[in-house]
Amino acid sequence: MAVSVDIEKRLGTFHLRIAFDAPDCVHGLLGASGCGKSVTLRCIAGVIRPDRGHIEVNGRVLFDSERHVHLSPQERRVGLLFQNYALFPNMTVEGNLLAALRGEDRRTARAAVSEMLRRFQLEGLERHRPAQLSGGQQQRVALARILLTRPEILMLDEPLSALDSYLRWQTELELAELLESFGGTTLLVTHSREEIRRLCETVTVLDRGRGTGAMPVRELFHAPRTLSACLLSGCKNYSRAEPLDETHVRALDWGAVLTCAAPQTDMQYIAIRAHHITLEDAPGENVIPCRPLRVMEDVFSTIVMAATPGGAADNARLRIELSKEKWARRAERETLYLRLPPESLMLLR
Amino acid sequence: MDLYPLYNSLRIAAISCAVVFFVGIFFAYYVAKLPRVLKGLLDVVLTLPLVLPPTVVGYFLLLLFGPNRVFGAWMASAFHVRLTMVWYSAVFASVVVAFPLMYRTARGAFEAFDPALRASAQTLGLSNTYIFWRIQMPYCRQGILAGTVLSFARALGEYGATSMIAGYTPGRTATISTTVYQLWRTNNDALAFQWVMINVAISFVVLMAVNLLEKRERRGAR
Repeated sequence: MAVSVDIEKRLGTFHLRIAFDAPDCVHGLLGASGCGKSVTLRCIAGVIRPDRGHIEVNGRVLFDSERHVHLSPQERRVGLLFQNYALFPNMTVEGNLLAALRGEDRRTARAAVSEMLRRFQLEGLERHRPAQLSGGQQQRVALARILLTRPEILMLDEPLSALDSYLRWQTELELAELLESFGGTTLLVTHSREEIRRLCETVTVLDRGRGTGAMPVRELFHAPRTLSACLLSGCKNYSRAEPLDETHVRALDWGAVLTCAAPQTDMQYIAIRAHHITLEDAPGENVIPCRPLRVMEDVFSTIVMAATPGGAADNARLRIELSKEKWARRAERETLYLRLPPESLMLLR
Repeated sequence: MDLYPLYNSLRIAAISCAVVFFVGIFFAYYVAKLPRVLKGLLDVVLTLPLVLPPTVVGYFLLLLFGPNRVFGAWMASAFHVRLTMVWYSAVFASVVVAFPLMYRTARGAFEAFDPALRASAQTLGLSNTYIFWRIQMPYCRQGILAGTVLSFARALGEYGATSMIAGYTPGRTATISTTVYQLWRTNNDALAFQWVMINVAISFVVLMAVNLLEKRERRGAR
């Protein structure tokens, strides 16, 4: 395992408990804001000291509360990209990069810096101050500065959230390229499931200070095992549920009995993604008769909120998303027959 | 016109300012890191000279440095050094009175320092000494500069505690402020006025220089 973390930290009323093993790849930490993602990275970097636990990178122990190991941030050889990039405002771009190579021979340092400037397309900006650069340029300088120190792992704290949407896509493409060429373990913190999907191979989901285990990103989107993971993956429809027999589940909030594959006895919730629900003409298996509540036109699709027989309370409603043509071609009726295909149902703990 | 008070005032202010610069920054840096209760308590003690009347400060100084007091007597017997009624006695007074100005402005500047800058510098492997002198100090330079100038101005204008611990001996302990008082008391109004104008001119030049420095800096940063 490339990075192994199992720590606890109390900050006021906030209690962080996270444990995961990230393999040698791009690993995501996904969670809503304020769930402890940034604190986790800072603990690994050694800037914040955890109350208890163990941190290991490539077999090297960076922190262990029982063995009283607490390496200084300078000794950890861990690169951390801050959300605001944390460039030194009193130095030029070149000064910022040279600072990372302090103590090394001046000539080789200059050569390495100009190599980095070329690689990150920062030529011509050497004499600029950070305040004179665009957000994307600042991030490139910050990344170049980190790579000059040859860190063992790379940690990125919401690398794209400070950029406007126009710059974000371009920067994300550059970032994807960089992560590929870096090769070592990368921890990427974000609240965006899209970024996780596109940039990461494995992921740990953090929910209100709790985070356990690492799973492949595919699993998070196709077969999440817990409700919090399912919700973070973007699923909006869920209901409390109990298994009836080998192939049937009662969805308590939706007021329906559904057919599905092999429900486990410890399941508590059932969920389905909005675009997996289909519109039918007549009742049938897994079809729930619903009353339309609200129709919203999205950019390329139509979103319909519908009340199930379970009522109109928040999670008794179903949200469906379908193409504009399909919605326009539907038969005008009081009742919407919504089909929840068995293969699309997710059974959760 | 004897220019000794000008020379004496400037050297006292310069020496005090230099001492206060380092001591003030030292305390500002370490007090900012202390736990809250201790920080509040120490903060009160360190700021006290700012609100106490200078004569009270002078009284305390005499209690410590007076020739018949413990520390003063020990200095006299061990090193044959007199701590009161000599020109450098005024340095003690100026340091104590100007210290809170440096300490408070520097602490305010340090507390406004973005902690992410320190953290990122540490993860880049930079030593804490380097971070302090090359990143934090330049970042906080506005506050530090303001504190230094205020301390210099305060040290230059110190009268109360100085008159108690250094007194007024023409050509030996006379400063601009004590000279003005002495001349006015002896009805030498014309000469007193000249010294007043000298004092105003120095303060004017110092403040002007700071303003110009700040402006140039802002232009350079853009």
